[in-house]
Amino acid sequence: MPASSSVLGAFVPIAMNAGQISFIVLLVYMAMLIALGVVAGRVFRGTAADYFAASRGIGSFVLLMSLFGTTMTAFAIIGSSGEAFKSGIGVYGLMVSWSGIFHSVCFFLVGVKLWSYGKRYGYLTQIQFFRDRFESDKLGLILFPALVGLVVPYVLMGIIGGSRAIEKITAGAFPAVFEATKGGLPYWLGGLIMCAVVLTYIFYGGVRGAAWANALQTILFIGLGIVTFFVIAEQLGGMKAATRAVVENNPSYLKVAASDEDLALYANKMADFEADRSTFQPRKPDHISPLVFFTYILIPFSVAMFPHLFQHWLTAKSARAFRLSIVAHPLLMMLTWLPCVLIGVWATSAVGADGKLIVPIGADQNAVLPIMVNKIAPTVMGGLLTAGVLAAIMSSLDSQFICLGSIFTNDIVAHYIRHDNLTDRRKVLIGRGFIVAVVVLSYALSQWLAKTSVFALGVWCFSGFASLAPLIFGALYWRRMTRAGAYACIIASAVVGLAFFIQAYRTGTLVSDHEFLVAGMMPVVFITAASLLALILVSLATQPPSKATIEKFFGTTK
Amino acid sequence: MKKVVYLALLVLIVAHQDFWWWHTHEPLVFGFIPIGLAWHAGISISAGLLGLLAVRFCWPHELDADEAAPAARGGEGAAT
Repeated sequence: MPASSSVLGAFVPIAMNAGQISFIVLLVYMAMLIALGVVAGRVFRGTAADYFAASRGIGSFVLLMSLFGTTMTAFAIIGSSGEAFKSGIGVYGLMVSWSGIFHSVCFFLVGVKLWSYGKRYGYLTQIQFFRDRFESDKLGLILFPALVGLVVPYVLMGIIGGSRAIEKITAGAFPAVFEATKGGLPYWLGGLIMCAVVLTYIFYGGVRGAAWANALQTILFIGLGIVTFFVIAEQLGGMKAATRAVVENNPSYLKVAASDEDLALYANKMADFEADRSTFQPRKPDHISPLVFFTYILIPFSVAMFPHLFQHWLTAKSARAFRLSIVAHPLLMMLTWLPCVLIGVWATSAVGADGKLIVPIGADQNAVLPIMVNKIAPTVMGGLLTAGVLAAIMSSLDSQFICLGSIFTNDIVAHYIRHDNLTDRRKVLIGRGFIVAVVVLSYALSQWLAKTSVFALGVWCFSGFASLAPLIFGALYWRRMTRAGAYACIIASAVVGLAFFIQAYRTGTLVSDHEFLVAGMMPVVFITAASLLALILVSLATQPPSKATIEKFFGTTK
Repeated sequence: MKKVVYLALLVLIVAHQDFWWWHTHEPLVFGFIPIGLAWHAGISISAGLLGLLAVRFCWPHELDADEAAPAARGGEGAAT
């Protein structure tokens, strides 16, 4: 829709197409982030505690925005609408309502305690806590590859998802320069811009820069998501009309499981379409099994072991700063996902003025929202959607890059190589160096793995972290847990997880959006069961921790 | 009250498996949200309320003392 034909186009002084407006919005948004990073760099105190933990001075509101922004990814906007388009409303129950409950549980039971230990004993990374808790200097050598190995796919999810989104949303911006992508910024360039901007503001501002940027990004992607929802609803004739179209044509997408009537309706409508009695092509009903629906309960526990979330927990000014996040996190998830899920469902049945589906049957499900916005929303909405999607992606990327830099610096170089004899200045210098290296390597990997399914990557990544949740819960709440039990938990998680992952790779599910199930359940069930069993059995069979450690973490022993 | 909070958590877990709505989209809440989706939006709201109860009645007040204490210098790792 050209700018001149829309009301909002009155604000655009020069006639520009949707792709060009999206590009301008992209530039403005990136400039804002860089400016935030520069300002954060100006208040930087020069210490490692300030660079990696913002001197533990972040208040309730910025903490809420940081935690929420960090846990929301490309999946929250692009993936949610895409999954709803593919399978219906069930994705909300799978991801959002479970996460709304158990993310808050993890903040309450894990986040607050780890913050207090971080304050008391000066931890800057998870590994420092685990080394202390389990009296094991070498534990970091096994935990480090596990955590890095799981964060990297998470990073790739952001870069791949964001690069694809930029390419789609800027389509038409530079037709003479980028012919292969119909004028949109190509995948490699979109990823490069994203990585360069994130690197800039975290390089200068550290975790404080990331926290401030997250606050801006979270407000953006929630606000823009809601605005996009109302605009699209209006273009479809109103919310009731949009839903009515789905009721008439693809009612199974308004349910978790198709009824017999839905299957019969689909068969009849498909017969009409194939016989040219109708131009409307229905979508094949999908379903989610009750067992899969329930076993997704384990996925939200992954946040208990996210090293980048741990980093944000450490920045809190007080234990009380967590309260707002515990209460508001589920509500913010609802505000973000509910509109996107509805848009995805509406897209199954929304037709344009030509009577054809706005989002064709074979469309890439991750392109559903950009297609809807580009085809029916006012031009400027495409640019605003770009900013919202990138906000969701980059609010996770920045934290992940910093945490990887922090882990390399504090847990490997500072501890094992320099034996904790590094000055703050050196730590910050090395940390910045590692962050650059991590960003460059991640960008290179994203180019190599461009075809990988974002959803598949995400589920494996979350499953890996979730299977390590027994480690942190045991460390915090079971005084009988031992060093050997910790090792056993990590090893069991890695061995069983890798075994299933290799199987999934061989069956091709990593490059498709079909789920890899084991006995009808998410593999995370079996990986977590293995890690928990190993933790318990080995802990009970080995020597308990010293009295000093028990008193340090559990108070005076009885 | 702690037991009430734990019970409420269990109720939410059970309510999540809302098999009674799985094969229907009606009623449409506010005329456009299918009941299965509206139910889960309600679970999200309930999770927020549960969080409110938890911070009110189950808060680890002993950890509030750490706010006033000076922060230790950057973590130096394991005791061994």
